[in-house]
Amino acid sequence: MTFTKQEKIACVFLLILGVFGPILFPGYTFQIAVLWIMILFAQTWDLLGGQMGYNSLGNIFFFGVGMYICAITQIGLFYDVGIYTAAHGADTAQFSSDQYYIGIFSGLFFAAIGSAILSVFLGWAVFGLRGPYFAIGTLGVALSAGELFGAWEWVGGGGGIALPVFPGSGDAKSIFFYILCFLSATMTFLFLKWLYSTRFGLALNAIRDDEDKAESMGLHTLRYKTIAWAISAFFLGITGGLFGNMTGFIEPLEVAFPTITFGILMVAMCLLGGKGTFWGPILGAVLFHFIKEATWIYFLGWQWIALGVIIILNIIFFQQGIMGYLQEKFPHWFGIEVEDKSLKQTNKVENSQ
Amino acid sequence: MSDNFSLLVIAPLLNVQLLLDGLFIGAIFALAAYGLALVWGVMNVKNLAQGEFVIMGGYFAWYAGEQGFHPIFALPIAFVAMFAFGWIVYKVIISRVVDKDMFTSLLATFGLAIVIQQGINLIFGPEVQIAESGFETGEFFEGSVTIAYIKLISFLICCLLAFTVVFFMKKTRIGQAIRATSQDARAAKLMGINTEKVYAFTFALNSAICGVAGVMISMIWVIQPFYGVPHSIRSFVVVVAAGLGNLPGVIVAALGLGIAEQYGGFILGAELQQATVVGLLLAVLVWRQIQSKRNRQAVK
Repeated sequence: MTFTKQEKIACVFLLILGVFGPILFPGYTFQIAVLWIMILFAQTWDLLGGQMGYNSLGNIFFFGVGMYICAITQIGLFYDVGIYTAAHGADTAQFSSDQYYIGIFSGLFFAAIGSAILSVFLGWAVFGLRGPYFAIGTLGVALSAGELFGAWEWVGGGGGIALPVFPGSGDAKSIFFYILCFLSATMTFLFLKWLYSTRFGLALNAIRDDEDKAESMGLHTLRYKTIAWAISAFFLGITGGLFGNMTGFIEPLEVAFPTITFGILMVAMCLLGGKGTFWGPILGAVLFHFIKEATWIYFLGWQWIALGVIIILNIIFFQQGIMGYLQEKFPHWFGIEVEDKSLKQTNKVENSQ
Repeated sequence: MSDNFSLLVIAPLLNVQLLLDGLFIGAIFALAAYGLALVWGVMNVKNLAQGEFVIMGGYFAWYAGEQGFHPIFALPIAFVAMFAFGWIVYKVIISRVVDKDMFTSLLATFGLAIVIQQGINLIFGPEVQIAESGFETGEFFEGSVTIAYIKLISFLICCLLAFTVVFFMKKTRIGQAIRATSQDARAAKLMGINTEKVYAFTFALNSAICGVAGVMISMIWVIQPFYGVPHSIRSFVVVVAAGLGNLPGVIVAALGLGIAEQYGGFILGAELQQATVVGLLLAVLVWRQIQSKRNRQAVK
């Protein structure tokens, strides 16, 4: 794992934003925390979509599953989940601060592990699909999960679950979750940076370039694909648990499985920044978050239309994304050596003489 | 759940009711699915905005009803307007993604779907709407089977439109050009077919068919700006199950889907009706996978 000079600058910039952001702009702590979640979304999507060439439209599934597992663990450790959800968050249950912290950390742990295990089973079902079928199949998984959780009364059904209340002031809550979001995004960042520098990263790229060929060269492609998906699910599960606790209320269609909003945003962010590059998704997530907040403020009511138009324009005119464009124009910035074709030809001529 | 199931055994006429409702709805699904298969087969574009086209057509009928006209008069208007809309969409968006990889078209049409949904939402509001047709409801078997006559009319219109489209594809010059292009676009171009025009026409025809389907949906069911996604999923279920260029297959699969959905909604409860559709999509995909695994292939 090595960083070039530009990458070091970007890392320092992100670190400064992460540490001093909430100190300088305390009113925006929640927004900056969501920015870290968005970066995590984009990076975990890019692990499959960009590096492995499997464009999933249903990665949000693990986000929602993690959210539910975390919530059930938090409540289930101390109360009966069915009774708790049936009361719709009325004051029947109180969590002491010890109970809260034990609950949330074990909840996040189980959310991560549970999502990863689920992804292995799901991978068995969907990884025989390629290209558009994979995209549609995963979209179906996420949509049906939303419907199924909406019909499952034990976890609150369509009415949702109110999560345990944070024991402390509102400021303490936002700082607590901010730190957790920042840590999980950093963890994902470092882990993926390391992963792409290993043999595993090369295998993923080989699958993207030509899966049949990769398989005939002896790569057990299904194993690689499943592990990659499990990694992605692991981090998404943690994020889901965090996000559920940040909002304090879980509802299947809008919060836990927002397939049409967050689920598509993670794809759009990667495409804007440039999929298949390490920094593209991060850049895309940062830009997209700012665009989103700006459209929310200045085009209220039109924000989704603006978002749809951005996706279309991005897809049609600017498919390689920002990093892809830069890589094409200035390859030496990325340490890519481009052989000068004219030079090569003259050499050849000289050699033949 | 099991109560509803035993109810079906005790009262066999309920089955007749569900079957008929399924057929009437399924006929409309067949139209939208045929449009999807047409576009998919001819220009290899997977249109995720299919359901939104349907809902758009529905709003024509609803708006006509609001203005005091009978919603069925909106049929030709919806056809023509959606044809024009499809042509414009092709020229602006689809023509730029035709020769790109398939995920591109999927995402571009998804962006289009978001724009259409939200546009309708801004113009007409998020309420669930129904276009009142004012036709009576016929009762059979002493009232245990009811058929709204509008469902019968819409079924007939569906059949008529389907026959017209098939005749059009088989007999007219442009229909032949479309089929030639879907077989081999390059060869068709060499033979002097303006493939660009054929693509535009195909896409416009698809959205016109969807518009007509939407008019019918608004009269016999409900429309809402965000109800497009399940319609898109339905079209995909049908096309994936039937395969491309298999018109009888599309019809059978669509009718089957309509019936399965009615039964699913009845037995599992109305809140799981949509989950039935998506569950069927997954089932079909897994089934196709097992099928091709036997030949050591992946579903591409």
